[in-house]
Amino acid sequence: MSPQQFFFIITAVVILVSALMTVITRKMMHSALWFVLALLGVAVIFALLEASFFAVVQVLVYVGAIAILIIFSVMLTRKAMEDTGSQVNKTWVISLLIVNLTAIGGFLAFRSWEVLGTFPTALMAEHYDIGELGMALIDPERFALPFEVTSILLLAALVGAIYIAFQRKEGKK
Amino acid sequence: MIPLSWYLILSGLLFLIGLLAVLIRKNSIGILMGIELILNAANINLLAFWRYLYANSGDHRGQMFVIVVFVVAAAEAAVGLAMIISAYRRKNTIVANEINELKG
Amino acid sequence: MNTFNYPLIIWLLPVPPLLAFALIVLLINKSKKASHWTALGGAGLSFIGAMVVFIKAIGTSALAKNPIGSSLNWLPTGNTWLKIGTAVDPLSAITLFFVAWTILMIFIYSVGYHNYGQPKGDNDHPGLPPQGAVISEHGHSHRVPSIEPMYSRFFALISLFAFAMYMLVVSDNLLTLYIGWEVMGLCSYLLIGFWYAKDSVRKAAVKAFITTRIGDVFMLLGIAGLYSITGTLNFHEIFSNPLIMKGLTETISPVFGLSWAGLIGLLVFIGTVGKSAQFPLHVWLPDAMEGPTPVSAMIHAATMVSAGVYLSLRFFPLISAGWQPGEALTPTMTVVAVIGAFTALFAASIAIAQNDIKRVLAYSTISQLGYMVAAIGIGAYTAAAFHLFTHAFFKALLFLGSGSVIHGMEHGSLHIGEHIDAQDMRNMGGLGKKMPVTFWTFVVGGLALSGFPLITAGFWSKDEILSGAFNSAHMAIFVVLAISALLTAIYTARQLTMVFLSVPRTESASHASENKTVMTVPLAVLAFFAICAGWVGIPQEFPLLGKISSGWLQGFLDSMLPFKGEAAGHSLIPLMTSLGVSLGGLLIGWLIYRRYKEANQVDPLRLGLGPVYSLLQNKYWIDEFYSLAFIRPAYWFAEKVSYEFIDKKLIDGILHGIARIGLWLGKILRFGLDLPVVNGAGDGIATGTKKSGKLFSRLQNGKVQHYMGLAVLLLVITGMIVIYLAAAF
Repeated sequence: MSPQQFFFIITAVVILVSALMTVITRKMMHSALWFVLALLGVAVIFALLEASFFAVVQVLVYVGAIAILIIFSVMLTRKAMEDTGSQVNKTWVISLLIVNLTAIGGFLAFRSWEVLGTFPTALMAEHYDIGELGMALIDPERFALPFEVTSILLLAALVGAIYIAFQRKEGKK
Repeated sequence: MIPLSWYLILSGLLFLIGLLAVLIRKNSIGILMGIELILNAANINLLAFWRYLYANSGDHRGQMFVIVVFVVAAAEAAVGLAMIISAYRRKNTIVANEINELKG
Repeated sequence: MNTFNYPLIIWLLPVPPLLAFALIVLLINKSKKASHWTALGGAGLSFIGAMVVFIKAIGTSALAKNPIGSSLNWLPTGNTWLKIGTAVDPLSAITLFFVAWTILMIFIYSVGYHNYGQPKGDNDHPGLPPQGAVISEHGHSHRVPSIEPMYSRFFALISLFAFAMYMLVVSDNLLTLYIGWEVMGLCSYLLIGFWYAKDSVRKAAVKAFITTRIGDVFMLLGIAGLYSITGTLNFHEIFSNPLIMKGLTETISPVFGLSWAGLIGLLVFIGTVGKSAQFPLHVWLPDAMEGPTPVSAMIHAATMVSAGVYLSLRFFPLISAGWQPGEALTPTMTVVAVIGAFTALFAASIAIAQNDIKRVLAYSTISQLGYMVAAIGIGAYTAAAFHLFTHAFFKALLFLGSGSVIHGMEHGSLHIGEHIDAQDMRNMGGLGKKMPVTFWTFVVGGLALSGFPLITAGFWSKDEILSGAFNSAHMAIFVVLAISALLTAIYTARQLTMVFLSVPRTESASHASENKTVMTVPLAVLAFFAICAGWVGIPQEFPLLGKISSGWLQGFLDSMLPFKGEAAGHSLIPLMTSLGVSLGGLLIGWLIYRRYKEANQVDPLRLGLGPVYSLLQNKYWIDEFYSLAFIRPAYWFAEKVSYEFIDKKLIDGILHGIARIGLWLGKILRFGLDLPVVNGAGDGIATGTKKSGKLFSRLQNGKVQHYMGLAVLLLVITGMIVIYLAAAF
């Protein structure tokens, strides 16, 4: 086993274990922290994939923004739910079953796909450039439109989130 | 060298765990975390495919898709949390199963 | 003469009375005068036609071989045609003569008998005899006879009757003869039951019809047999065809070993037994006196009973098949002769003990018909036909005369308001002085009946029969007939004495008066024939007179016979016997009854005969015997078996059973099929939809994770299906 593979396996184990702990942990705060760990692990995977930009973006956006948001919400809603008692729905068996089914289904569907055995070719120098991605993003013939649309989507989400969470001080509460 | 299948298995497993979180967790925020895990799994999948199949061809579609997924995930987390807070204010609960106004 | 189309006239003979019947029934019956003129017109036209034909017939030679008449093809039967037609041969010619005269006389008489011109009765009701009306004349009111309420109906019915008789006489085949026969039976029912509101009248009508019907059934068997053997019903074709006659005579039928001719003759003779009231089917004729007197005259003298004898005379070739004069009688002829002779004696013995004037005449008719039948039985064809001819005249005369007597008695009883039976001879007496025309004509008729020598027709015909019996050495028949002749004379004298001689025994009798001309003229005409009709048949062998006028009738009728008429030896013994019995009987009767002066006096004969008298008066209790033996079992059978068992239990039971099955089936279908299955299916769909809806609505519980789980599951399943399907193709 090459060092890359070894490294990969460790990271993968970390991710999966943290993800599992996210699901299972009783205390909400712990769950959020495990979540953060999982996200960091995913960033490492991105780095392994030689998508360094995305690794950075992952840490910035996911860990830096989303996870913080989640922690804030957890803290805001701490009174709503006791951290004791089961955190899991009473239908967890069926759900487990469904998930298993999905797994099996997916496995059966894709096991003989020939793509699965490919190895990465070495990246050529010109494609290792992040500038290429930047150029692609604003090139009208390439990805300018999705870029703009996603920015509008962000704007909409921003406005919407503010609106939903806004508390009116006067009138009804 | 790491075969593609390892990345795919990883993303698949992550997806399944995220799915489990969605289906099992009582807490709405927990459900949201599950959704984020799912999206992350999708990202890994996309980037793996890009790197292994398209990276040398100058085709940045995989990366583009990942960017879009990032944006959507962020937006959705924001809006979703806003809604959870708002629903918490209304019904004083964040257990998803108790918010069943749409019951048939 | 040759300009007349005789066959056409013969065809038309029955038509006028039929037209008269139709006209009266449909159109004219409101007017009494028009009704009787229509009927008289019909009878008159037929009378003229009959006379024309008769004159032609007696002038034709070899009439028996070539009867005047014609026939036409009527019914196609396979390769041949059933023909119907008319034929007048000697027998039909003389029958036509007396039928035409008597019918016309009776029609004229009826106008007066039913009191045409009298006022309508006070309480008269259609269906009952007229009871009289109160009128006031000469300052005081008294009752007079009233007009018959059903006047037109009477004339319609006797016209129909006349039609039937004419049709029977002129027909040349058994079919139209049988039709005429049956129509006469119907008319006798309708006419005997003329006053239908009376219970005894209805019973008498039914009795007459049913009794003659019994005879008719056998006759129909005979006709059917004859048709099936010979294939034709035409008299001429059967009787004049030597092959057919030989075949019939020689083939033996399966019944009693008789030849077919004998069997058919016997069966047809049974029809005569019914229609001409011979023993044992004689019971209807005395009861038929319930009808009006013209009806009695018509039915029992002129037409219906004569039709029976006419039929037997027609069938003489079959009855006497295989017999030659001088041989022993065939079995059929023996039966015929025995029945005839027995009936003659039997009926005459009953007649001497009857008190109703019409009943005496009824039994007298039965007895005289017995004479004719006995004559046929011993082969004396001509004698029988001769007696038929004369009997029609004097019997019709006697009946009409008795009707006149009754009429006078009723007049008397209405006048003084006494309620007595106008027909009972014990209430009469001394009417000779009160009703002279009636008296003298009745005397003529009575003497003819008794066979008063020389001047009456009855003498000649009766003598013919007696000598026929004697000369062919049938001594038993001769003696029996002679004794009945004696009894005939006795009861005739009894009747004459009780009714007309001595003194009136009741007030009504003393107030009786003579009837109108319209009633007395027919009496006179018939009396004329009662005297003269015999002179056409004076036999050649008769001393003195025979040399002067030879037997025209015998010669005329002899041609009908299949064998040579008997020229047997002639002895004076039958002549002496007939003189003796007739004169002696008259004397005896007069002697016994001339002392009978009081109404309540015991009948002298009862004193003389004692218990035998009671036997005779009750007609040997035959009616009672028939009622016990036949009528009551028939009623029992009809009521218990046919009605209660077969009709109610079996047939109704089957119907009820079918109905019940239908109901049961319906119930099963309704409760077993309709309600559970059909309704159930409908209801089931509704409830099923509701339940499944409720079931499905549980899917939507508002829980987001639930929805998510379902979605993933379905996605996986769909994915698997798609992938595997895609892989399969």
